[in-house]
Amino acid sequence: MTALLARPTTMREQFVATTVELLDDDPRTAVVLADISTDAFADAAVRFPERVLNMGIREQLMVSAAGGLALAGLRPIVHSYAPFAVSRAYEQLKLDLSHQDVGAVVVSIGASHDSATSGRTHYAPEDVALFDTLPGWHVHVPAHVDEVDPLLREAVADGGRHYIRLTEHAVPRAPSALPARPRAVVVAVGPTIAAASQAVRGLDATVLPVTTVRPFPAQALRRAVFELDGGADVVLVEPYYAGTSAHEVAAALPDVRHRLLSLGVGRRDLRRYGTAAEHDAAHGIDAQGLRRSISAFVLGGQRMPDGE
Amino acid sequence: MTTTMTQAPPLPYAALNGLMSDMTGDEKHQPSATSTLDVLWVLYDSILRVDPAHTADPTRDRFFLSKGHGPVSYYAVLAAKGFIPREWLPTVGRFDSRLGYHPDRNLVPGVEISSGSLGHGLPLAVGTALGLRAQRNPARVFVLVGDAELDEGSNHEAIAYAARARLDRLTVAVIDNTSSSHGWPGGIARRFETEGWTTATIDGRDHAQIAAAFEEPHDRTPHAVIARVEPKWSTR
Repeated sequence: MTALLARPTTMREQFVATTVELLDDDPRTAVVLADISTDAFADAAVRFPERVLNMGIREQLMVSAAGGLALAGLRPIVHSYAPFAVSRAYEQLKLDLSHQDVGAVVVSIGASHDSATSGRTHYAPEDVALFDTLPGWHVHVPAHVDEVDPLLREAVADGGRHYIRLTEHAVPRAPSALPARPRAVVVAVGPTIAAASQAVRGLDATVLPVTTVRPFPAQALRRAVFELDGGADVVLVEPYYAGTSAHEVAAALPDVRHRLLSLGVGRRDLRRYGTAAEHDAAHGIDAQGLRRSISAFVLGGQRMPDGE
Repeated sequence: MTTTMTQAPPLPYAALNGLMSDMTGDEKHQPSATSTLDVLWVLYDSILRVDPAHTADPTRDRFFLSKGHGPVSYYAVLAAKGFIPREWLPTVGRFDSRLGYHPDRNLVPGVEISSGSLGHGLPLAVGTALGLRAQRNPARVFVLVGDAELDEGSNHEAIAYAARARLDRLTVAVIDNTSSSHGWPGGIARRFETEGWTTATIDGRDHAQIAAAFEEPHDRTPHAVIARVEPKWSTR
């Protein structure tokens, strides 16, 4: 079956392939949709008509029904574009999953501005900040397509509340060179790893890639800070609202005098279309923008190394 | 929650007023404070297959109190039927009480959902009915909503979908005390019938009518019972 299909090349394809295998493996697994990705699940809906459930364009019901399925002992996977699954149905996430104290896995696509031509209604730079108001949610931001399968399997098996934020702009894996005498830690969340790695070339900064951002990897950050060659300069690069995890950095380093630079998507509605890459550049989180901000922060008045 | 509790003998309908007094301190209760009382009593007395000694039995019927405010009637019925000890009643609303002004499923045995904010019970019930069906579980799901609660748009997502999904194990009781600010011209039942539900509109104080309405067969469709009671504002 899935073995006969072509190897998934996008995060969404991998999500669908893994989910279909989970539907096959465990009769407690259910998928709740709201007219997004229903074509991709069409075959599965024929095979598992009682567990592949399309509510129509009803996102409140999609999340509430997931809560009801969990109350009945099932393990629901909820899926839509991030603004519809998270901000539109926020009250349902809060009350029908968190407050009932039942589990679900929410898998979004679209990220902050994948659908750049669609405009603000289809952007979700606020999604992780919203989950930050709901204690106990696990938030995963994969960078690479091959991270999706194990993340989804572990989230479904765990039984708790998980948010998996997929993007159409997955980045390839690339080795990162460790500077001999690092002077700053750059925490790169999810797909920002590609631009961040490029940005710090020659800057004596060490990059800490983060996939699971809630709970925040506080111990990994502390270890990286303690290995710095003096000082405690931290740069946070997030592919959603800048500073979303700033309070987590503060909480991880309560006993360490440190400086923090928070980079990410800006709060202002740009009212622009174009491409995701153009939006990344406008928010200063493409490789060039990151390099400008990080070098100014780390090097202060020093001259930038050659190359940019 | 725990599944074994000290069992007190069940109390009759006539005891409910005294149980409510344990919570309110009043000897008598206005109809507006007890709009749900008779429907709740009939459900727990003769319709729901539930047992206070086995509140986690997977095959138990589910009752979701969506209209979570004014839970005095609900707690009185739960106490009368042995789900909660009568001694809990006078503590209602205190910091360390298990009984809040809106019930919490994680604190009260036999309470299936935590409610309060309107418009969540019916959409949750749709999910539970889907989940029970997927497991070939014969349990039924009953939801209680208010006529003003139907103002919340989330209900209408659930009403439309439930009929299309043929959730025949789902029954909604609408307590109609004419409290919706803008009303439902043509009647509440029509909103459900248009979507394909079967309906019964009855006197929400008449126990025989209430029981008969819940027992009406509804093959391949969900069922709505509109229980009419005294208008909320008539006692002003």
